[in-house]
Amino acid sequence: MKETSITRRRRHELIIGAALLLVLAVLPLPIRDVYTRNLIIITVLFAGLAQAWNILGGYCGQISLSHALYFGVGAYVSTLLLTRLAIPPTFGMFAGGALGGLMALLVGWPCFRLSGHYYAIATVVVGEIGYLLFLNWDWVGGATGINIPYVRSVGDSWLWLQFRIDKLPYHYAALAFASVAWLVAWLIEGSRWGFVWRAVKDDPVAARSLAVRIFPSKMAAAAISGALTGIGGAIYAQYVGYIDPDSVMYGQLSILIPLPAVLGGVGTLWGPLVGAAVLIPLSELTRSYLGGSGSGVDLMIYGGLIVVVALARPQGLASLIGVRVRAPAGAVDAAAA
Amino acid sequence: MVGGLLMGLIYALVAAGLSLIFGLMDVVNFAHGELLMLAMYATYVIWLVTGLDPLLLLVPVALLLFALGVAIYHLLMARALSVRFNRGMVQIFVTFGLAILLRGAAQFTFGSDFKSVSKSWLSGKTIDLAGVYIPLPQLAAGVVSLFAFALLLLISRTEFGHALEATREDRDAVALIGIDRNRIFAMGWGLGAGAVGIAGVMLATFYYVSPSVGANFALIAYVTVALGGFGSLIGALVAGLLIGQVEALTALLIEPSLKQVGMFAIYLLVLMFRPRGLFGTL
Repeated sequence: MKETSITRRRRHELIIGAALLLVLAVLPLPIRDVYTRNLIIITVLFAGLAQAWNILGGYCGQISLSHALYFGVGAYVSTLLLTRLAIPPTFGMFAGGALGGLMALLVGWPCFRLSGHYYAIATVVVGEIGYLLFLNWDWVGGATGINIPYVRSVGDSWLWLQFRIDKLPYHYAALAFASVAWLVAWLIEGSRWGFVWRAVKDDPVAARSLAVRIFPSKMAAAAISGALTGIGGAIYAQYVGYIDPDSVMYGQLSILIPLPAVLGGVGTLWGPLVGAAVLIPLSELTRSYLGGSGSGVDLMIYGGLIVVVALARPQGLASLIGVRVRAPAGAVDAAAA
Repeated sequence: MVGGLLMGLIYALVAAGLSLIFGLMDVVNFAHGELLMLAMYATYVIWLVTGLDPLLLLVPVALLLFALGVAIYHLLMARALSVRFNRGMVQIFVTFGLAILLRGAAQFTFGSDFKSVSKSWLSGKTIDLAGVYIPLPQLAAGVVSLFAFALLLLISRTEFGHALEATREDRDAVALIGIDRNRIFAMGWGLGAGAVGIAGVMLATFYYVSPSVGANFALIAYVTVALGGFGSLIGALVAGLLIGQVEALTALLIEPSLKQVGMFAIYLLVLMFRPRGLFGTL
């Protein structure tokens, strides 16, 4: 194929992505401090989750606020397969991803008929229904949650995704997850789907007139996004070793997952990464240094930061380091209004 | 049933404020519950310091919230509405950030434990209405909500109300007939927050106050507004009453801890057939 500026740019993105992966792979090695390592793992995990959300919310433009549900379903499915059927989480997390994707389709089927804020609020409500049902469902542990057992007979193992002696392997699990999410987004950007989804996002009426099938496009984006989020949930469950609805399915998580993508640069390849790299350490650090006594100062700083970034850089933080952000169709008129 | 009716009226009033703001400028205020929380704290603090009965605080707190709403519009929303990129998402996350900030501020000032207005003219009294005993605070809250609602409807009939309506229809054209869009939007935020202020005062007479109390009511308010149709006051009233009933019936017939699932399910069911809510035109 003849080299165009687009193929050159996409090759550069792959090279930068690979370099970044290498840096992140060695980053925690010299760090012995458990707290800092945890911070890195959570940041990488959220970069992956935000990227997963970005596929539906950014590229396809559907502001979904029910991703806590897919995250929680992934966490619960892999955990239940482990505790009830002794299926290793390495397989279980794909089952969790499958169920997460299926759940996203089930939610999408009624909700994608709605537009704008009706869609956003309907997804909030669906997420809340899931949370309440799990909270009252005794078979899955109800409000007490599930402790994830350490399978003693096998010890630390990749197959069972359990590491007690050294938590470092979880970093590589999270990194693999984030890399896959990034690669999926990269593939989508270059594929026909990516162009179709952007048309659905920018101008659904025009897209329909060009025979773009809008509903199936949204469903495909939801399935991919939900499945990735479910896998992320399963990895998180294994990492923290305990799940309950208040830790993996609570309503605010549905906003925390898209937050890095939105503040970093929605619908861009690097936005979710940049957003997570800035936001997650800041929120964790303010929480541990200022929020310990429950004084609320950490929340004030965090909330203020979100407001300031959203207003000052509506196109996302990634634009500061030269990531190109396209203004959506009609944005100029809207700005003039 | 009567309890559901009275709760429904409060839901309707909270939702009316949200609906007003949405209808006017296409903004979903994710800090709406936190405005309610602030109104409840304001009532609590003034009551604690001066000993004035909450009923006397209706007007002052409503005015306080009105001012707060106007301030939020001028400081944040005017900017959020004029951004060039991702306007929908920017407004969601600006109001969400504001919610976190206000929650943190409340926690910082009052601590995270529950507070309540323990003594007022209304508290602890019940009234016998044809054999049904109704707690007086709830009854008063319902009646006051109804009055506030009537007031909102009245405002929408005045010249100012027509200016609101005109701005909603076409925010650019109104400039040609001498309406200042910024002023109208600010008034919309003020009125929306003021409605929440009244609901907050009445709620404070029988409901505990905590920094996170708003979240629950906000969620119900979103459902109410979407069910009634964004921008429709009558829709908010009908939907609020409906949701109050569904909540009470689910708690009674199925399981108290699932009462919200009942109202959410009804809402989703209605949206299947009327994707813009019962009375929505937007």
